[in-house]
Amino acid sequence: MLLTDGRHVPDLPLDRAAVDRCRALADQVTAQVLGFVGRHSTVSIERTVLRLYGLHDAGPRGVPLVNLAVDALHEKRLLGRGAAYWMGYALRRGATDPMGVVERLVALPANPEPLPEAEERAMLEEMRREARANVDELRARVRRRNALKDELGVGPRPHKYLIVATGNIHDDVEQALAAAQAGADVIAVIRSTAQSLLDYVPHGATTEGYGGTYATQENFRIMREALDDESRRLKRYVHLTNYSSGLCMPEIAFAAAWERLDMLLNDAMYGILFRDINMKRTLCDQHFSRRICALADVIINTGEDNYITTADADEAAHTVIASQFVNESFAHRAGLPDRLIGLGHSFEIDPGREDTVAREFAQALLVRTLFPEAPIKYMPPTKHKQGDIFFSHAYDVMADVVGYVTGQGIQLLGMMTEAMHNPFLMDRYVALKSADYVYRAWRSMGAEITFRPDGVVQRRAQETLREALALLEEVARDGLFQAIGKARFGDVAREEDGGKGLAGVLERGPRYFNPFLELMEAR
Amino acid sequence: MRPRDWEPGQMLRPYGDRRDDGVVQLSFVLPVPPGERAREAAAEVARKMGMEQVHVAAMEPAAERYTFFVVYGRTSVSVDYAALSVPEVVVRKKGFDELNEYALREVGRRIVVIGACTGSDAHAVGIDAIMNMKGFAGDYGLERYACFEAANLGAQVENAELARICKEREADAVLVSQVVTQRDVHKENARQLLGELERLGIRGRVTAILGGPRIDHRLAVELGYDAGFGPGTKPSEVANFIVGAVLKRMGKEMH
Repeated sequence: MLLTDGRHVPDLPLDRAAVDRCRALADQVTAQVLGFVGRHSTVSIERTVLRLYGLHDAGPRGVPLVNLAVDALHEKRLLGRGAAYWMGYALRRGATDPMGVVERLVALPANPEPLPEAEERAMLEEMRREARANVDELRARVRRRNALKDELGVGPRPHKYLIVATGNIHDDVEQALAAAQAGADVIAVIRSTAQSLLDYVPHGATTEGYGGTYATQENFRIMREALDDESRRLKRYVHLTNYSSGLCMPEIAFAAAWERLDMLLNDAMYGILFRDINMKRTLCDQHFSRRICALADVIINTGEDNYITTADADEAAHTVIASQFVNESFAHRAGLPDRLIGLGHSFEIDPGREDTVAREFAQALLVRTLFPEAPIKYMPPTKHKQGDIFFSHAYDVMADVVGYVTGQGIQLLGMMTEAMHNPFLMDRYVALKSADYVYRAWRSMGAEITFRPDGVVQRRAQETLREALALLEEVARDGLFQAIGKARFGDVAREEDGGKGLAGVLERGPRYFNPFLELMEAR
Repeated sequence: MRPRDWEPGQMLRPYGDRRDDGVVQLSFVLPVPPGERAREAAAEVARKMGMEQVHVAAMEPAAERYTFFVVYGRTSVSVDYAALSVPEVVVRKKGFDELNEYALREVGRRIVVIGACTGSDAHAVGIDAIMNMKGFAGDYGLERYACFEAANLGAQVENAELARICKEREADAVLVSQVVTQRDVHKENARQLLGELERLGIRGRVTAILGGPRIDHRLAVELGYDAGFGPGTKPSEVANFIVGAVLKRMGKEMH
């Protein structure tokens, strides 16, 4: 198969009818959920609306203004009208700056006196105009990012993706620059542990993070500016990614879009399964965050690789495929084109077994073939990693080969010290050196290799597709909420009203006002 | 008692190509560009570590101001093997069926085991491998054992909450997995759970076990745990240890 970026990958004949059926079923699954999403909002969506209007700052004791405002509205059960409405209301009642808006919202009575009809109409128009202006400014920032990318060009695919995780944004910058100089195409700054469970976005630069560095707008700005300079010096654009996940999915998507990040981890189900976030909350939040990604040309990376770190990678291969169809459909419904849908998967089959490379080839090629336009993100082994760094290095190289030959879009490079500590400078260096070797050495092999009809690779891929189809039939019949309740993904079961963050889900009122959503939906 | 696989008084040295040659390999980064001065600096680092006949096998630019080195050398140190003091988890190992039958008979009820990844730690891979039905590397997890009533609470469980659950369910053992070790956050977190168990007055009733890639028995004991298990530990080892510990509290010895 010839990919649109000019690379060849081995052909994999698949049952077209089965593939079409998978897509149709995934669309059924997401249609049910979108019905729910369309009737609801969340505190994080409303906070994002206020951030889109420019409420970036934090108040006394570091609490973000948007939290002060939205918590006050939610407590008084006013949020069903939309935070944008109340912000407009506060402005009409004399607020002149962000702090003034917050103070007025906090002071609102439970039944605020309605605005006169004409004044309300004028206010809504004013808020719509302001929203359009802010979206235009956001788009201009994104155009600046894309212009730099076009001017400098990007590295060969799969893009080599490396992680920094020092807990101090300034140390992160130093390590990111070193990685970029050694050949990294994408830098991911790992977030502080447990940020996904914070119902606010921390404010300012991080110098003392545990397990990583907080995703904050200021940290995004610092890193992106450093990478802009380094990209110009290296004459190669270096991408930046972070995590739009957890309880603040859409707010982080906004901060990332504004600060010109290129990609975001953003999965429709990850938070539900692996962070025990309430499913209604996450499914609403993922939709709005993806709308922002669509607006700002941000590639999303989905998290199916996580399924096979909990479940067995070989037995659960079909759950990855089924979930990718669902993630793809959710992404389409949020306005993301295929070129921005970086579906995720990984090289995780127990290396103690036989024929694992054939089965990894089957899986990687299946994903590639099913989603030909998507910048697929391929993850290295982690689950079976142990302290023998020499074996670990060889094991990572095997994943590089499979990723390269099967034409993946983004290759997260494995670290030989994966099981031990955050990557050291030398760990990244040897990973990049061997990935470059694999890219050189295997250059033409994607076009040269033909897998035997009815051989191990083709049969395995076809079998996985059949199983994915069967799972999707079941999920479409039961609904996504129930399927997750039955642990159909990642061996993890979650209840519809369980998990964290449900209290932050609310019904949209009949006159819900969200001019950003109006603009995004009209695109 | 296993026959000893060493001689009393034996002095140990690393073995590269010939016995006692003392050969070791090292790799590290120095924050300078490559060059003859950098090479000498790398060699000097190795010499100051006590290595002799130092050979800088690789010197490569890892970034603009960083150089990656692979260095070989011989160490002159030796170690008196018999004289070492090593706290080891002594586990008498029974097979799956044998252990179930034995524990149910000797304890007379199911042993309650609670597992969790505590504090801010979100990495449930380790606790899952030990607790979940499926287990790890073909070795069944604790949930599969008839002799255990095992509950895996998963990731990011607060220490106070875990201690409360241990009390409520009258846990015999609590398994704590700690993966994130940046700035020693795992140690503080691990100690905190023991504090919570003390506060509820149940520390003496619960066998506390710590596990994770950077955990060993010595560290666990230092932190106040009953045992520590490092990477590669099989669920069956933990299962046998728990049965032994519960019997010990009952005044019995595991045979």
